[in-house]
Amino acid sequence: MAFGAFGASPGAVEVDVTPARKSPVALLLLLPGFAYLALFFVVPFVSLVITSFQAPDPLGFGAPGEYVTAFRWENYTEAIVQFWPQIVRSFLYALAATAIALAIGYPLAYFIGVKLRRFKMLQALLLVMVIAPFFISFLLRTFAWKQILADNGPVVAVLQSLTILPDDARITGTPFAVIFGLAYNFIPFMTLPIYTSLERLDLRYVEAGGDLYASPVSTFFRVTLPLSMPGVISGTLLTFIPASGDYINASADFLGSAETSMVGNVIESWFLDLQAYPTAASLSIILMAVILLLVGLYVRRAGTKDLV
Amino acid sequence: MTAETASSGADLELDGVSKRFPGFTALQELNLTIPAGSFFALLGPSGCGKTTTLRIVAGLESPSDGRVLIGEQDVTRMPPHKRPVNTVFQSYALFPHMTILENVAFGLKRRGAKDANARAHEALRMVELDHVSARRPAQLSGGQQQRVALARAVVNRPALLLLDEPLGALDLKLRRQMQVELKDIQTEVGITFLHVTHDQEEAMTMADTIAVMNKGRIEQLGAPAELYELPRTAFVANFLGQSNLFTGPVLSSKGDAIVVDVAGRRVAVPTNRAQRHAGEVTIGVRPEKLVLHTEDPGSTAGVNVLGPGRVHDVAFSGVSTQYLVGIPGLGSVTVFAQNMVSGPVVADGAEVWVTWNVEHGFGLADEPAPEPRFDPDDDTQAIAIAQRRRIEAELEDA
Repeated sequence: MAFGAFGASPGAVEVDVTPARKSPVALLLLLPGFAYLALFFVVPFVSLVITSFQAPDPLGFGAPGEYVTAFRWENYTEAIVQFWPQIVRSFLYALAATAIALAIGYPLAYFIGVKLRRFKMLQALLLVMVIAPFFISFLLRTFAWKQILADNGPVVAVLQSLTILPDDARITGTPFAVIFGLAYNFIPFMTLPIYTSLERLDLRYVEAGGDLYASPVSTFFRVTLPLSMPGVISGTLLTFIPASGDYINASADFLGSAETSMVGNVIESWFLDLQAYPTAASLSIILMAVILLLVGLYVRRAGTKDLV
Repeated sequence: MTAETASSGADLELDGVSKRFPGFTALQELNLTIPAGSFFALLGPSGCGKTTTLRIVAGLESPSDGRVLIGEQDVTRMPPHKRPVNTVFQSYALFPHMTILENVAFGLKRRGAKDANARAHEALRMVELDHVSARRPAQLSGGQQQRVALARAVVNRPALLLLDEPLGALDLKLRRQMQVELKDIQTEVGITFLHVTHDQEEAMTMADTIAVMNKGRIEQLGAPAELYELPRTAFVANFLGQSNLFTGPVLSSKGDAIVVDVAGRRVAVPTNRAQRHAGEVTIGVRPEKLVLHTEDPGSTAGVNVLGPGRVHDVAFSGVSTQYLVGIPGLGSVTVFAQNMVSGPVVADGAEVWVTWNVEHGFGLADEPAPEPRFDPDDDTQAIAIAQRRRIEAELEDA
């Protein structure tokens, strides 16, 4: 209302965008970023690719850790043949964890970003609570869950006394525990970007949806959700990508077992324990390639270009 | 009701509607009937409750008391998506993630219309924007977005179309053009329009009936000319155009005119144009009804004379010139004179007399208040000044 007509900018809202001229200062400012990328991404990546094609040193008589530069494609085919269950498992677990984190994170972000919009203090408090787990080390938190879900821990005891679980059942070491742990650890990464999208959501669009005969459910799926897609895409990527390479939750030392090991666990043990560098490196490259492929398809499908 | 489209407008009835927010009352016992097919404007300054009224009709706000009826049906407790009502929002609220066509077809599709896209194209043709149907709202200018918002609402053929200051964000020229287009569309589709605005000129050019609102109440309701020629309260007299108001005791009320003592001068007002006929009254006359004289006109029957006074401001505005005349004991009197000759006829500082025909005066209903009853920035003069500055700024930019 008010006398908006006099205050508002008249007519079209087109902003005159003139491209900034190239200046040496801008290039200079970009230099640290380029140097960082070159040093910590390009060099390790090239080194990783070279390692992934290495062959065992013929003079080392098959001793572990001795390799020479070669062009051994078999590293890849062998890795895929031997470890395809772990590769598939990684992506299935990551997918399940992402779905759970989304199912928990979206309503949480909606509540904080939309329902509590008028209560700034409460909003800030809840955001701190979402981030609060980060104040404790990732390892410690996962370890704490191992204790809580352990065979002689409280959760198993209660479920067994209620005869929901049979007496010989366990939670740790199962896919359930690993997926649970992954989802738990990545919920803040899911919640925060979605919150950022929803916090800026103009509720007049939601009112317009209701005004145009869309029920609240229909308005959510046709207006609110599409407008918060940038947050959903960031959140799911920030969850899915690290979750598929995660090796803590699935490790037998934490929530997993040998039956739940993911690509990350294989890479870790083959690199550090068995010193089978070429196999571990080719697995890393395969993981990276599959993630890139999946993410590429996902972003294309979700159509970020349509979003303002 | 919602499943089918209303072929023509429906009556809107507000029955004792009140809205209280914590700490203040936005609407007080509003009773209003808007007949089907009419173009009705709610006019008032910010905070007068006009937008709250609109939101209650749309179902975006629920009244604390009272009932809302659309075409005899009580919709007070009905959620917005079930009401046969569409809104053109002040901010347009076009969905940014959809094309123009998808925006316009949205309401039709939600109600399961089979030919939604065809009808959306038709509505876009009506507002002459079918050629941009594949674009997104951000790619359109403000005026185009406004027309899309209108098409998106009108295409549903609602019983009632609500317009929430839909022209507020447009520049002056575009606003004038859109006023004409809106009026044409209303005549063409025959839907009941409820238009909320603070722009009195907009309300007067477009609406069949205007309700002037102030502080959660309707001050006066009537046809534009009626409201302008015969305002009942000081608020209406000043919000709808400008007025010269004088206060004084009634000296006589015999015959067809009452005579009021205005700072020692006798001023007559027709009895049937005065709300009160005894005691202290406020009377007024519109500035364009006043005539300036450089010599004492003497007293003539049927003509009121004030003066002598001194011109202390002359503002030339093309079609007319505004003179401010200081009259001892009365303060400033505003006179609008058509520029029949080129340039102002009297200069700043000239001695003048002011006359007007008795039948142009009006008497107000409210008790003469010692203080102004509204914020000074709400009156038309302040708005006019703000508007002039804005136009000047625009011209400088151009």
